[in-house]
Amino acid sequence: MAEGLATTEHEPHAHPALQHHFENMEQQREAGTLGMWVFLVTEIMFFGGMFLAYTLYRYKYPDAFAVASNHLDWKLGGVNTLVLIVSSFTMAMAVFSTQIGKRRNTIIFLVLTLVLGLAFLGIKAVEWNTKYHDHLIPGQLIPGNPFNPAVAQHGDTDPHKFHLPEGVSVRHVEMFYWIYFIMTGMHALHMIIGAGILIVILIMAWRGKFSPEYHAPVEIFGLYWHFVDIIWIFLFPLLYLLGRHLEGH
Amino acid sequence: MSEHIVYPRVYIGIFLVLLVGTVITVLAAFQDFPGPLNAIVALTIATVKATFVVLYFMHVRYSGRLIWLVIAAALFWMGIMFALTLSDYSSRDWLPITTS
Repeated sequence: MAEGLATTEHEPHAHPALQHHFENMEQQREAGTLGMWVFLVTEIMFFGGMFLAYTLYRYKYPDAFAVASNHLDWKLGGVNTLVLIVSSFTMAMAVFSTQIGKRRNTIIFLVLTLVLGLAFLGIKAVEWNTKYHDHLIPGQLIPGNPFNPAVAQHGDTDPHKFHLPEGVSVRHVEMFYWIYFIMTGMHALHMIIGAGILIVILIMAWRGKFSPEYHAPVEIFGLYWHFVDIIWIFLFPLLYLLGRHLEGH
Repeated sequence: MSEHIVYPRVYIGIFLVLLVGTVITVLAAFQDFPGPLNAIVALTIATVKATFVVLYFMHVRYSGRLIWLVIAAALFWMGIMFALTLSDYSSRDWLPITTS
């Protein structure tokens, strides 16, 4: 139906993907890009609030944060950082492939991006599962927090227990885990939504909808994907590495 | 078409920068620098990595001024949020609370 409108209001040879309210493809593409960036601004504000909460609590309870953070698996976090960086690269290559009109390469790079995104989520799930088994889910519902000496008294020899240094409250350790789960959870939710949109883009690419003249969906989705990568670039050192230099003390 | 095409060699270069940045982040995290230097080093590397992603993967280097303005506005407002909140929290115990 949009096609019908387009042909009545534009030149007869106008691109079928050109919506009737735009003058030409260039204007349509730039409007879409600007719209995505405005959305990303709201995302910066959204994650910014969580980064601010992190900053305040880390500033207030540096020792508790270091102890809690050292309990995370930095190797899995590091592998996930590499996975996301590679996926950003393959996404950029997918955009390039569609710009030069290589449909097959576009599909290959989009599939690679999707696989890497799912790999990230898989590793994340393994990490969360470990935290669940270690009783590090914050809140009162899951008892047996290993940092709680009251729990460790029942003949437990787990080396992780009793490791709470002098003056560090288990409540502040819990606060770190609240922030950890909310921030990585929100990030993972963005990855899940991203994977869903990626599948739609992939189907569109498969059906040959994109060309050097029209590939805005691939490009604009790429902006979202890279943004989610940037969030993780900050989350990795802030959550996984913040207390590593104190480990030997 | 005034659209700028970024070629794979540029993307590969940025990819390598991000890889090296990640390795340096991990190596630096295990060194015990004085004072708050560990956090500063980690955040500096992360900011450099993010800047490369924004400029090249997200094509902002080749985008118009309007996009630059939108991004600058976002960072400026986030700066306000951090500056005002932290100035409050960090100055709370500067003066003793007098109770009568």
